[in-house]
Amino acid sequence: MKNIHVSTTVNGDPTEFICAPDESLLDVLRDRLRLTGSKEGCGSGDCGACSVMVDGRLVCSCLVLGAEAEGAKIETIEGMAKGDDLHPLQQHFIDGAALQCGICTPGILVAAKALLEKNPNPTDTEVRYWLAGNLCRCTGYDKIIKAVQAAAAEMRGA
Amino acid sequence: MRYVKAENVAEVVQLLQDEVGVARVLAGGTDVLVQLKMGMVEPDLIVDIKHLEGIKDIVSEDGGYRIGAAVSGAELGEHAGVVALWPGVVEGVELIGSTQVQGRATMAGNLCNGSPAADSVPGLVAADAVVRIAGPDGVRDCAVLDIPVSPGKISLTKGEFITSIFLPKRPERASDAYLRFIPRTEMDIAVAAAGVSLELDADGTCTAARVSLGAVAPTVLLVEEAANAIIGTKLDEASLEILAAACSAVCNPIDDKRGTIEFRTEIAGVLAKRAALIAYKRAGGQ
Repeated sequence: MKNIHVSTTVNGDPTEFICAPDESLLDVLRDRLRLTGSKEGCGSGDCGACSVMVDGRLVCSCLVLGAEAEGAKIETIEGMAKGDDLHPLQQHFIDGAALQCGICTPGILVAAKALLEKNPNPTDTEVRYWLAGNLCRCTGYDKIIKAVQAAAAEMRGA
Repeated sequence: MRYVKAENVAEVVQLLQDEVGVARVLAGGTDVLVQLKMGMVEPDLIVDIKHLEGIKDIVSEDGGYRIGAAVSGAELGEHAGVVALWPGVVEGVELIGSTQVQGRATMAGNLCNGSPAADSVPGLVAADAVVRIAGPDGVRDCAVLDIPVSPGKISLTKGEFITSIFLPKRPERASDAYLRFIPRTEMDIAVAAAGVSLELDADGTCTAARVSLGAVAPTVLLVEEAANAIIGTKLDEASLEILAAACSAVCNPIDDKRGTIEFRTEIAGVLAKRAALIAYKRAGGQ
């Protein structure tokens, strides 16, 4: 297989990498760019642990080819905190103990951030439907929903 | 495997035609890349069509909308014009997968995957949507109903691919709806599904209708007897019972862990009835 050279932007930084044509964006992020925040849970787009933003759209990076990142803007969990300042969602997940093992957490944070940018004041039902593609094996979803709502309230200045 | 980001329609056709091995068209990739990862298909060539001119556009045409083959579910759902004209088509598309899948998945891909349970297809059939296909012999239009052949098989020939799907215009008092049954509230495959599109006259009498069923036969079904049952009526209970019976009569489903033949057959009629009532209300019927 002939490798492909890709020029892209990851968390605002111009980035280049070489990947195989059948290599997923998730594998590129983790194995080539050493951005290991995005996790592989299922590898088939069911669990959401690999959620990233591609050109402003929430996607599963396991279901995107690395080659498709050419010219795109990729945002991952690594770009969420600004230096040492955690994003309100990250802080509220810690404060509300909305995680246990943490494997699903990066994907849920990226997905929740996308929701709050689109809908700053969602109902619990809207949060649950939006996050239906993010599976969590240990926390139970209640604390996750509460942490998202607490972050949403803070971000609205409430 | 080769990955090619195609620049124009002719290049896609040429690439698909020239490939002696297995070729796959990539738009959203939410079926193709899953199949690739699971080893269900080992493509020699992947042609990415997302960068063709107009392939991600939704444009008004003859009072309807032409939807590019690479328009994602999320993009479709954000288009106020399509949502207003064809709410049933949009709600079918939006039921496909999670928010993440919606960010990539396309109607054209859902159709070309060839699943009998594809959520966007009954709505498209009820809408009498038409796909535009580019191929070695030029461009042709084909009704959505004529695309699926059997589970996993479609009628496109070598070198052909879908470039857009056209949703036609409709009169003022007209609407549509899609309903499916799944064992939970999100993230599952239809056990049975129904799409209904109808038009009403000024006093709320149905003047035209199309009723389609998904997941109850090897391909999507268009049930003319069911449509005839409600044309000329105001969807009274007796007419709806005839519609439901006509739907159940044409079901030829599989029996599996997600639904028995008996259940799928009965529920298809129930869903068609309920979808008809939703479409009726949306169209302004009382």
